[in-house]
Amino acid sequence: MYAVAQKKWLYIYDSSGIELHCIRKFNDVLRMQFLPYHFLLATASATGFLQYLDVSVGKEVAAVCTKAGRLDVMCQNPQNAVVHLGHSNGTVTLWSPNQKEALVKMLCHQGGVRSVAVDKTGTYMVTSGMDKKLKVFDIRTFKPLQSYFLPAGAASLSLSQRGLLSAATGDIVQVYRDVWNTPVKKPYMAHKVHGAVWGLHFCPFEDVLGVGHGEGFTSMLVPGAGEPNFDGLDSNPYRSAKQRQEWEVKALLEKINPELITLDPGKLGQVDFATFEQKHQDKVKALGYDPLAKDKFKPRMRKKGRSSTGGVERRKNQVAHEDQRGVIIATLAEKAKTEKERETKNKKTVESSAVQRSALDRFRKVNTK
Amino acid sequence: MKVKVLSRNPDDYVRETKYDLQRVPRNYDPTLHPFEVPREYTRAMNATKLERVLAKPFLASLDGHRDAVNCMAKHSTSLSTLLSGSCDGEVKLWNLTTHKCVRTIQAHEGFVRGMVVRFCGTSFFSVGDDKTIKQWSMEAPGYGVEEEPINTILGKTVFTGLDHHRKDGTFATCGQHVDIWDEQRSTPIRSFSWGVESFSSVRFNPVETEILASCASDRSIVLYDMRESTPLKKVIMTMRSNTLSWNPMEAFYFTCANEDYNLYTYDMRYLEKPVTVHMDHVSAVLDVDYAPTGREFVSASFDKSIRIFPRNTRHSREVYHTKRMQHVVCVKWSADNKYVLSGSDEMNIRLWKANAAEKLGVLSHRERLAANYNQKLKEKFQHHPKVKRIARHRHLPKHIYTESKEHTVMREARRRKERNVRKHSKPGAVPVLSEREKHVVAVVK
Repeated sequence: MYAVAQKKWLYIYDSSGIELHCIRKFNDVLRMQFLPYHFLLATASATGFLQYLDVSVGKEVAAVCTKAGRLDVMCQNPQNAVVHLGHSNGTVTLWSPNQKEALVKMLCHQGGVRSVAVDKTGTYMVTSGMDKKLKVFDIRTFKPLQSYFLPAGAASLSLSQRGLLSAATGDIVQVYRDVWNTPVKKPYMAHKVHGAVWGLHFCPFEDVLGVGHGEGFTSMLVPGAGEPNFDGLDSNPYRSAKQRQEWEVKALLEKINPELITLDPGKLGQVDFATFEQKHQDKVKALGYDPLAKDKFKPRMRKKGRSSTGGVERRKNQVAHEDQRGVIIATLAEKAKTEKERETKNKKTVESSAVQRSALDRFRKVNTK
Repeated sequence: MKVKVLSRNPDDYVRETKYDLQRVPRNYDPTLHPFEVPREYTRAMNATKLERVLAKPFLASLDGHRDAVNCMAKHSTSLSTLLSGSCDGEVKLWNLTTHKCVRTIQAHEGFVRGMVVRFCGTSFFSVGDDKTIKQWSMEAPGYGVEEEPINTILGKTVFTGLDHHRKDGTFATCGQHVDIWDEQRSTPIRSFSWGVESFSSVRFNPVETEILASCASDRSIVLYDMRESTPLKKVIMTMRSNTLSWNPMEAFYFTCANEDYNLYTYDMRYLEKPVTVHMDHVSAVLDVDYAPTGREFVSASFDKSIRIFPRNTRHSREVYHTKRMQHVVCVKWSADNKYVLSGSDEMNIRLWKANAAEKLGVLSHRERLAANYNQKLKEKFQHHPKVKRIARHRHLPKHIYTESKEHTVMREARRRKERNVRKHSKPGAVPVLSEREKHVVAVVK
């Protein structure tokens, strides 16, 4: 089954080419991404709507009005199913079907964003913009890592399973290796095709890059692009019909609820401290006392007259002092931090007041780091 | 020019004939398997929902008694035999695999108060309202021969409970006082009394075989050591206990079924506070029995339900009820940890599964693996609110549901009143007592 975004509506066809559905609710669709573990088809339209369709049930799960104009640049993060959209004001926004606003808005380029790609580990995002720059970001901390200048900007990007980046500039396809670690000087491979390149995509477990251009389609060999060891139970190129049926049943049973799409996919496995605190407060209010409060330390009385009052008091003080130590260390650390902050602030104000002010101060370039 | 690209030989990945196994190469790289936590969570939800769908605990009803079933006894060596005594003095032996009564004995005139099978499994004892203790043989007599007890002992007062030592040939009865009998004698070898009118049940400790405990009518539980001449100590509670049961795995824990709708687990060594208070029943708890693993126990109550509790939690994990089951008087957990038997007022003994959704019988290797995996998933995600809501959901009969709601309101009102009193009195005048401390009145040595 595959979905085709045609001029007006979204059509779904069988593997033998029979039209199965024509979905009129999804109009003016420009880009689509399939989230395999959620069975969701995310579509970006020319009217600025990001719509999610559940293909197993056939219902629209969410329609988000992005209010960002024509959505022409789209890609997904395979690790957390978050959709990345690139806009003409240079921002890349991250969306999930649960929120009406973007999860994250990043300013990436000084012109429009032409293409976005995220690698399969969900760590790096590569974007190319109208300012002829190719930038690599760490998507988990949202910090820029590398920035390259391409004389002709890259119109489309694709990342392979083993980290090879293919960029299409005009009618030349360039493949770069290891874009994020060491600054890249020259491409790994380059190939000129006939006609302007429209789209690029790496084949999942093969060393093949598919290029769609003005004269048709070309597939080129790129050694080292594909993942050599596939997992037979997940996506198996050599599966039989029976294996596919079994896999489909299991995948449908494990279909993830779209409500669980967040920036951190492991959030569900972490302890929910806020709820715990809230519940504890409610309990204290209901019972009238704190059931988790520690009892005061009662020292054990020694036999044969060995526990005198002085000794008992000494033991009590020992424990009290140990408990106090933790509190004292924490307050001292906090005090030191606030002192340091105050000192740096004072230094800054002293410096700025020491320099003589002139009328041309506002034209001076401020050193931003 | 030779280009080194990935080229896979289909012969290495596709099986040769349809009679071979499929080849499934694995790659455990976590980047190839994203969303592990949400997928496990979805699987846990599915497992919990399936457990509720497949929860069909009722297996069979053994009917044949002509009066209410008063007591039951497990056979010490055979898993498929059960003995039950009813209120008209009849004792029946049942075969649990065919659900049929194998043998009927008119044992007593009046109620059969207690029954126990000897540890070797060749004979069993029964006590009744006619002040007799009778020992019967486990083998049925031949054709045409009348049922006769091996031994009959006449007592002076009515006996209300009976239990046998796990290793020696001695047994204990309780009535007006707790007596220790030797099988060869017709008078008790020792008699314990502590100024109490009557005792309702007596139990030997299965691990520390010389220790017994009994429930007395002055709201207390008395502990004895057979080797001594006087009782060890007793704990007096706010209401009377009906029966008690020792934990077969931990020698010093016992659980008593109390009239104030709760069950209390005590540590024999520290009787000042119960270890746990188990609250979930809405009427007096009549009987309790531990599972052979010592991790759970089942309780029968006057509200027409039986509940299964884990040994250290305050609330039950399971409740079994039927429209036809009236006040449940006795309950037993079978020795293979799989079944629960309940005897009730309406002359029926019911056989239930201990784990309601468990598949009985021999499981294939894959079934076992799947069951273990699902169990582990349910445990891992049991605290998530959506999973907890499904796992906790049980249908309750209307009277139990409304009663339990009323009890919650009453308890909340009592707590609020106590809080207000404490707020408006001198600090320290009204001490904070935890739920466990509220129910013990005194411990007497």
